[in-house]
Amino acid sequence: MAEVLVVVEASGEGVKKVTFEMLTMARALGSPSAVVFGDVDIAKLGEYGAEKVYQVGGEINGYLVAPKAGALAQLVKDVQPAAVLLGSTQEGKEIAGRLAVKLDNGVLTDVSALEADGTTTQVVFAGSTIVKSAVKGGIPIVTVRPNSMTPSPQAAAAAVTPVAYELTDADKLAEVVERVAEAKGARPELTEASVVVSGGRGLGSAENFKLVEELADLLGGAVGASRAATDSGFYPHAFQVGQTGKTVSPQLYIAVGISGAIQHRAGMQTSKTIVAVNKDPEAPIFELADFGVVGDLNQVMPQAAEEIRKRK
Amino acid sequence: MKIVVLVKQVPDSGAERTLTGDNTVERASANNVINEMDEYAIEEALRLQEANGDSTVTVLTMGPERASESIRKALSMGPDGAVHVLDPALAGTDAMGTSKVLAEALKRLQPDLVLCGSESTDARGQVMPHMLAERLGMAALTGARKLTVDGARLTVERQTEEGYEVVTAATPAIVSVWDTINEPRYPSFKGIMAAKKKPVETLSLADLGISPEQVGWAGALTSVVSHSKRPPRSAGVKVADEGDGGTKLVEFLATEKFV
Repeated sequence: MAEVLVVVEASGEGVKKVTFEMLTMARALGSPSAVVFGDVDIAKLGEYGAEKVYQVGGEINGYLVAPKAGALAQLVKDVQPAAVLLGSTQEGKEIAGRLAVKLDNGVLTDVSALEADGTTTQVVFAGSTIVKSAVKGGIPIVTVRPNSMTPSPQAAAAAVTPVAYELTDADKLAEVVERVAEAKGARPELTEASVVVSGGRGLGSAENFKLVEELADLLGGAVGASRAATDSGFYPHAFQVGQTGKTVSPQLYIAVGISGAIQHRAGMQTSKTIVAVNKDPEAPIFELADFGVVGDLNQVMPQAAEEIRKRK
Repeated sequence: MKIVVLVKQVPDSGAERTLTGDNTVERASANNVINEMDEYAIEEALRLQEANGDSTVTVLTMGPERASESIRKALSMGPDGAVHVLDPALAGTDAMGTSKVLAEALKRLQPDLVLCGSESTDARGQVMPHMLAERLGMAALTGARKLTVDGARLTVERQTEEGYEVVTAATPAIVSVWDTINEPRYPSFKGIMAAKKKPVETLSLADLGISPEQVGWAGALTSVVSHSKRPPRSAGVKVADEGDGGTKLVEFLATEKFV
């Protein structure tokens, strides 16, 4: 059976959930082989079906994505995989773009499903349209949107093969001078979280975001913000959900003080269950909410938090 | 410094967008606008030009005839001129083909710096800067929220999942920007009038030495098999808060097993 290369998304040594989704998806096309850059929790990859693990060493991490694409192109030539899967993160998409050029092969981004024949599903135009696509000729190079499916465990060998990759001069053009970690606390990452609580302009101040954080923490969720909220300086831009921010697809999305402009809907419309709290009964967010509360968030949110505490 | 800004015309993301019978983006009836993120790239180019007198800013667009509206709009913000790659054989071109065309156009223009938006609102692929960098052997510094130019040295601050990174490269290079980098100016009346007289060079595939079968439907390495409207979400229950809104919200979460 042909191998399917899955480029592991990790945060430090911790493997991200999208990796397990990709390892699950990959089984439809062949035998999953994980590709890791640096040190990650290899055993975890074996739990989700990775028969092989290609561990690329070297000075790759001192540069932006070019050397990762170079190493991956070398692997593709050696292994002749049936497909290459990457996370639909900024880095995943960038590696995919470079890999496509190196191999003169088509690339499909933001894929939410992958069939055995390589046909992909993408949800586009702010969640309004479903597109089925395929790569012609070459192998499917696809980036997979986090939270597209529920990963299913499957024990596999996870046999490690070290890969030596010699960086070219072109790989070294974009150099990383400094990496600054910003404290994120214990909350899950926005695109991977199964619960997201987001705040908008209706919060009225940065201070008031504690109402959103409180509910998110009680539900074990991530915190998001609308563009209006980040532009107003209520919350950092890194947490923006929408057309110009992150696209999320959690099991539960709670929109607090968010009117639901297309800009925002583009980033959350594929969420499984949507709950909205807004004082304007005409707010467009209610058109997509499974449950909506028309009311003052300053009253509703603390009461909701209190009620959850009572039930715990 | 010679700066080229990549500008894409896209259907307005605030209006309904559809695909046509031939599986391409419906542009004929759509309200077409400059891809919003590209306006930040134009603004950044103009600020660099203002700070370093001896610079030119050229807009580069690949697109159908009507993309010229967006080119004029871009020029009204202040760039010196534009290049429009226009050829009927480009219909149906995918990202790989687009990068081939833009790379050839950039080889002609020989810029020190290529600026572009981090993604387009229609495709949202984020692949273009790196595809171009790969083809041109340039560095790509993507997702910039801050750009500093010191002679031939570019330094970019970019948001990452963990925090932020500072990355650097020598020119020539490609820098893509997020909307956190600046606040784009509105075209002035003078700017709008001046834009009408600015030079727009039209290039065909033949001008770029690309044969038609390398691009368009024929050259595409991906194809859309089918498309359909996703059933719209239907509104569920909406309750007015009568002092128990928070409790009702949690009751709903409980029935859905979230608490």
